Amino acid sequence: MPDDPKRTERIKKSLLEVLVMLVGVLCVTTLIILVAGAPPFEAFKYLLLGSVGSWIKIGQVLTGWIPLCLCACGLVYSFRVGLWNIGVEGQVVIGAICGTAVLRMGLENGSPTLMIMLAFLGGALGGGLWAVFTGFLKTKGGVNEIFGGLGLNFVAQGITLWLIFGPWKRPGVASMSGTELFSNELWLPTIRGLRLSPVGLALTIAVLLGTAWVLSRTRLGLALKGIGNNPRAAYLHGLKPNKYFIIAMGFAGACAGMAGTFQVTGVYHRLIPSISSNYGYLALLVVMLANYRIWGTPAIAFFFVCLNVGSIQLPMMLQVDSSLSGIVQGIFVLAALLLYAWRSRRSIKAF
Amino acid sequence: MSDVNIAIILGSIVAGAAPIVIAALGETISEKAGVINLSLDGSILLSAMVAFVVAFETKSVMLGFAGGAVAGALVAAVVGLFSIYLGQSQVAVGFVLTLTARDLAYFFGNPYARQYGPQMGPWPIPGLREIPFLGTVFFHHAVIIYLSMLMIAVCWWYMYRTPKGLRLRAVGEHPAAAYARGTDSRRIQMWYTVLGGLLVGIAGATFSLCTKSGWGRPQGAEGTGWIALAIVIFGGWHPAKVAFGAYLFSFLQVMGIQFQGWWPSIPAQVFQVAPFPLMIFTLLLMYAAQKGSDTGAERASPFLRRLISFLSGSPPGALGKSFRPE
Repeated sequence: MPDDPKRTERIKKSLLEVLVMLVGVLCVTTLIILVAGAPPFEAFKYLLLGSVGSWIKIGQVLTGWIPLCLCACGLVYSFRVGLWNIGVEGQVVIGAICGTAVLRMGLENGSPTLMIMLAFLGGALGGGLWAVFTGFLKTKGGVNEIFGGLGLNFVAQGITLWLIFGPWKRPGVASMSGTELFSNELWLPTIRGLRLSPVGLALTIAVLLGTAWVLSRTRLGLALKGIGNNPRAAYLHGLKPNKYFIIAMGFAGACAGMAGTFQVTGVYHRLIPSISSNYGYLALLVVMLANYRIWGTPAIAFFFVCLNVGSIQLPMMLQVDSSLSGIVQGIFVLAALLLYAWRSRRSIKAF
Repeated sequence: MSDVNIAIILGSIVAGAAPIVIAALGETISEKAGVINLSLDGSILLSAMVAFVVAFETKSVMLGFAGGAVAGALVAAVVGLFSIYLGQSQVAVGFVLTLTARDLAYFFGNPYARQYGPQMGPWPIPGLREIPFLGTVFFHHAVIIYLSMLMIAVCWWYMYRTPKGLRLRAVGEHPAAAYARGTDSRRIQMWYTVLGGLLVGIAGATFSLCTKSGWGRPQGAEGTGWIALAIVIFGGWHPAKVAFGAYLFSFLQVMGIQFQGWWPSIPAQVFQVAPFPLMIFTLLLMYAAQKGSDTGAERASPFLRRLISFLSGSPPGALGKSFRPE
């Protein structure tokens, strides 16, 4: 089989690249930790092991993994078609708002299960429509999706604050801690002792598998891929890029909206100002690191949440700020960008 | 409301707008050369932190400003390096950096949170401050505020009245054409990206050493970078209009606090998020103007026509694209 030696060569090269990247990230991170005056070894211990040390911690990680992964799945759609969906944060928030609205409506009638399902549906719809609006701003109004999305992020945040301090405020005094807590039936059921919702896990895995299937096994996925690679050629083939932009944004927004609803029903059980926990922006980093494919997304999302959960102990234990996790995540993505640049240089040299 | 009251309010609008003006001008320069620096928000925070720490340690406000400027320039240099020379997407690098710079700022600034540091106090200009109304509004501020106003004029003059400015704009419109005429487009783009970042760094320093002095988590300057980006677009990439946008935003912010007392029914958030719908609206108008401005509404209303022509502008032709000399 003449292909085998070439394949092993390629695999060896990829592994070497990843190794160099890991070593580079490790060195830079160690330097940063040293400059801040903290012991690097302990810092890494808390950062990496602090999240897998106990079942409770793992439950925490998975609870963060769910919304991050959902957002990332949605972003794979928008990246596939060549769009920078920076508006994903706003889509999460609108999804959370819609989910809250649904739950607030049906407190008297209907079974809790039905209400929660409707809430997720409402969140998906809300987030999807918000994203589609951004898409229309682009296709019909010429507004670049980066700025349209960014602007709508802030509008969504404004709407949240208005709701929390206005129509949906707690009886008594409105406060930054959000709306009233939902009654217990409207909380997502969790595994005993773990605070982890099996429904959320199942949903995320379903969306992951669904995304992988749509993007690789359906005509829609093929169309998205074609438009992302070469919009002009796709247009000449009879595909309308604008239509597929809207469809991709719709998928992206729907996934993000479900993440928002999960934050409301499974994590905070109410609407708070920072309901998105920045998962939208973080998901962008996850997908960038996964080279815009669905394949590595769940593992990278898991790793990122591990870092976040592990960094919670840092202020208490080592007197350093917990944003160290964010720094590591950013350095990883920068290293990945360097790697992509290196690979494209190499492939040019190959000619 | 007495005269003095209005003058003080206007003065606070001018002072509050100063860092945004500086940051937006820096970003205008960078985008006019074709490079969009999406890392503004994180960059401002990082340079605010660096400026505060440097000023705190050295007890010198000037060195603090220098430190902030260097920090901003470094972040912009990374954006420039990755996008101009390594061919990566400007949006990708800028976006990662905006998050990472913010995290770096919080991480390294942690030990300096909520400490008292040196501040740049007001320095009223001796003769001009006596002018009854305008004196309070314009001449009772810190040095950096005066500089921010000067920068608007300098920026405009440089871009539109000097040969170097012409080259800047040429590179931003069509780097390949400029290259064909002998300009090293990539070097020019890198240079102006770093210069823009330097200004952004000064803006961040203005926050922590003057406008919202001190460091903490949060500092208070969060979100300003995104607003500056919106203002650059709102101002159609023209320094004077960009500055107008910055002052308008500051006006909305200050008025938001005032109006809350008068009109409690309008939520405060409307004023805070106002720049963004304005930016989207401007972009829509620009697009409509580009697509052929022969609509009936325009002919019917001269006001609309003047509004559209004021707000119109088009992005630099090569904004966001990387140029590879063959």
